[in-house]
Amino acid sequence: MTEIFGIPVAVILGQLMLGLVNGSFYAILSLGLAVIFGLMGIVNFAHGAFYALGAFAALLGLQWFGINYWAALLLAPLAVGVLGIVVERLLLRHLYKLDPLYGLLMTFGLALVIEGSLHQLFGASGHSYSVPPGLAGAFNLGFMILPIYRAWVILVSVAVCFSTWFVIERTRLGATLRAAKENAPLLQAFGVNVPLLVVATYGGGVALAALAGVLSAPVVLVSPLMGNSLVIVVFAVVVIGGMGSILGAVLSGLALGVVEGFTKVIYPEASNVVVFVVMALVLIVRPAGLFGRE
Amino acid sequence: MQLKTLAIALAAALASVLSAQAALAAAEDIVIGDIDDLSGNYADVAGTGAVEAIKMAIADSGGTVLGRKVSILVADHQNKPDIGASKFREWADQNGLNLLLGGSNTGVNIAMSKVAAAKKIPFFSIGAGGASLTNEDCTAYTVHYVYDTTALANGTATTIVQNGGKTWFYLTADYAFGTQLQTAASKVVEANGGKTLGAVRVPLAASDFSSFLLQAQASGAQVLGLANAGEDFSNSLKAANEFGITKKMKPAALLAFITNIHSLGLETAQGLYLTTGFYWDLNEETRAFSKRYFAKTGKEPTMDQGGYYSATLTYLKAVKAVGSTDSDKVMAELKKTKINDMFAKGGYIRADGVMVHDMYVMQVKSPQESKYPWDYYKVLKVMKGEEAFGPITGLCPLAPK
Repeated sequence: MTEIFGIPVAVILGQLMLGLVNGSFYAILSLGLAVIFGLMGIVNFAHGAFYALGAFAALLGLQWFGINYWAALLLAPLAVGVLGIVVERLLLRHLYKLDPLYGLLMTFGLALVIEGSLHQLFGASGHSYSVPPGLAGAFNLGFMILPIYRAWVILVSVAVCFSTWFVIERTRLGATLRAAKENAPLLQAFGVNVPLLVVATYGGGVALAALAGVLSAPVVLVSPLMGNSLVIVVFAVVVIGGMGSILGAVLSGLALGVVEGFTKVIYPEASNVVVFVVMALVLIVRPAGLFGRE
Repeated sequence: MQLKTLAIALAAALASVLSAQAALAAAEDIVIGDIDDLSGNYADVAGTGAVEAIKMAIADSGGTVLGRKVSILVADHQNKPDIGASKFREWADQNGLNLLLGGSNTGVNIAMSKVAAAKKIPFFSIGAGGASLTNEDCTAYTVHYVYDTTALANGTATTIVQNGGKTWFYLTADYAFGTQLQTAASKVVEANGGKTLGAVRVPLAASDFSSFLLQAQASGAQVLGLANAGEDFSNSLKAANEFGITKKMKPAALLAFITNIHSLGLETAQGLYLTTGFYWDLNEETRAFSKRYFAKTGKEPTMDQGGYYSATLTYLKAVKAVGSTDSDKVMAELKKTKINDMFAKGGYIRADGVMVHDMYVMQVKSPQESKYPWDYYKVLKVMKGEEAFGPITGLCPLAPK
């Protein structure tokens, strides 16, 4: 078998593929974070908890109401997004004039409450959510077996990330959103309902987290802490991409998934820290992140 | 890091309020402490269910022993050894603690065993797997009650090698428990003529296991040794199924609890070999206990939860027998008396601290074989305590070979 640096090519291709799958989750999650930070200046520490809520919404929807995967893909983000809107109206709204640290503390506390409640209600050991029948099975790529569902995750992720990027960077709505970030009072003076934009942004960002949750439900066990360790990694991804940069979040999400994948082969013990090493290096060379504006 | 400091300060403030209340109640009580993972990955293995089991044991002992009320203290160690050890020290100094029960996590349990030795307080490690607790880390006050890595390996690994699974690749949790389990299993595999083809050390609570699984598959080994636990075990087995790896490799659950099987479902878990110290559906006695337990918790007990019940009973019986809570007298009594209850028959605590009792090698039933809720295991073999836990190794200075 052909080898590069002593690693068989088949293994390299396999890890590249898996890295892209994991990177797809990072991309959707960091995208939501970047949207919320970029347009609202809120460091949303509850992102991992909303991710878990999305997965639970899909699980409970199926168990209690018989809502299938396809409907959950739409309904769960919607439901969690509405919850996000309630959170924004009741809690976060009061913090905009204060130091960003307060928003961070608030969302961190919120994450503890959400995860604690899920833990209390559903236990720690997790629940299985079956792969939807249409996506069961696997492709044989020659160098590896790729479950169809994982390929589907990459597709959805790319589609969602591209459309979010398009909406924010290329449409009139996006331009208004960005204007709200630059100068909200002026925009309000033009007759634009800025608070509505803000609340919609938070709802949208949270819905993205929930969507990632639904996507991951068939892959891992649905459990209260599923987003707990992920959120820290995703924050690092956002910092690497450049806080608030949509494109940066998506590209660095995918790239870091791949970097992590290779670390799992070369030195597995370091696979949970490699993202942070990259983050430190990037911050030394480019403090604003790869795609951030200095 | 300001955030972390603040969170810790808040937690500390809350904890001091809670323990101040406990201190008031504990003046003349017999105080049993339980330090366990109550909020993390292992919280369902023992957790709040274990607290329920302790309460049941106290109630079954009459609620008072030697005319003293038996009370419980509970703390979450959050899988951090320093938190476990400092909580234990605090209870020992301020709350008149008489017995500590240790839940999941070998790392935390090793740290707590050091405190047990320093404070001379009996410490029953219930949920930890690492056999070092009764070897290089042994103390005169440690009792390892439910299972250890040696017994798990002797059960599961022996059964699989003898059934033809000769070449192994391990997915190992990268901390004390995982490495001890892998070492124990590979020793057994090699002693039975098998071979270790490789291993990958996986960080705790990894979000994805597929990369590691592909490496396992590339090794060409016949057996996939899962030297991990809790959610990591469940997620790695789930991914192994999804990637079709279980079709070519036989998965070996070196540690699985009934809660894991319940989460995964029989469709995914069927055919799996595992070793357990207790199963709710073994006999009339275990069923009677489990029925009462189920009424309180809505779940069948894991081997740890059964062990918590038995350990509490055993300790209180010893206190009754010697008429005192003096640690040395109680330990002497514990080490000379046989344990007979719904959990263990003829169990005994050896000089090195191992509670030697029968272990069960199980195979997970298929969905067709399972006739009622939680009907998950069939008993392949009852291993005598001596066979399961092996001879005294001599690594513990208290128990020369």
